[in-house]
Amino acid sequence: MADSNTALAALADPTRRQIFERLRAGPRAVGEIAQGLPVSRPAVSQHLAVLKSAGLVKDQAQGTRRVYEIDPKGLGAIRAWLDQFWDAPLASFKAEVEGRKGKR
Amino acid sequence: MTLHVIRPAPVRKSVTVNADAARAFEVFASRISTWWPHSHTIGSSPQKDIVLEPRVGGRWFEVGEDGSQCTWGKVLAWEPPARLLLAWQIDGNWKYDPDLVTEVEVTFTPIGKDTTRVDLEHRNLERFGDKVETVRSAIDSDGGWTQIMKSYADACRVG
Repeated sequence: MADSNTALAALADPTRRQIFERLRAGPRAVGEIAQGLPVSRPAVSQHLAVLKSAGLVKDQAQGTRRVYEIDPKGLGAIRAWLDQFWDAPLASFKAEVEGRKGKR
Repeated sequence: MTLHVIRPAPVRKSVTVNADAARAFEVFASRISTWWPHSHTIGSSPQKDIVLEPRVGGRWFEVGEDGSQCTWGKVLAWEPPARLLLAWQIDGNWKYDPDLVTEVEVTFTPIGKDTTRVDLEHRNLERFGDKVETVRSAIDSDGGWTQIMKSYADACRVG
């Protein structure tokens, strides 16, 4: 499982976010991803490498092409973080409903 | 080529409270500032209040001690005492983002006399994929949300 800090940091870059969003519709080869982006193809490859090391995308060779797709485990890290996020507010809510009536 | 969109499963949480559904709904929806961790503010001024306007389309916002308001989202469904549907529109930098809409649904189900199960579902998490830079700074600050929230919950229990 990718570490969510790394995943989020990887997506802090607008170009990388754009690349990541393009992959949300399905797997894409590097050339397809680079089309229309204001950066060179080698730069796109570098961004993909960062996304890959963050666990957000994975790649595989298809013939001579390298095809990238979103690694669901990367979003899973973000989900895991949000999952933890709600524990304490709900615990506080329960305490408030049951015990601390009317008090702030 | 097969098209597929990755959708993370919604976050689901349940808590059972010793209160009837009406009270559970009222505390959750109308007195959110009595239990929401005050350290988790997106305003520049210390947090004074959190308001959920009690109607569909109502705003969800916090009020700072200086009177400033910061929007968190809006009310999508207001159905006391059974259900509340909120739009959570705060990004990872703790900024309101009108383009980011994730849903938080809270249901209140009576399971006995004065006992209510409160189920919370935070969904559309894939939309954070576009906006995730937001969440990052929060995780990085002060040992992260989880730690802060835990401290708060402990304080509540003691209080």
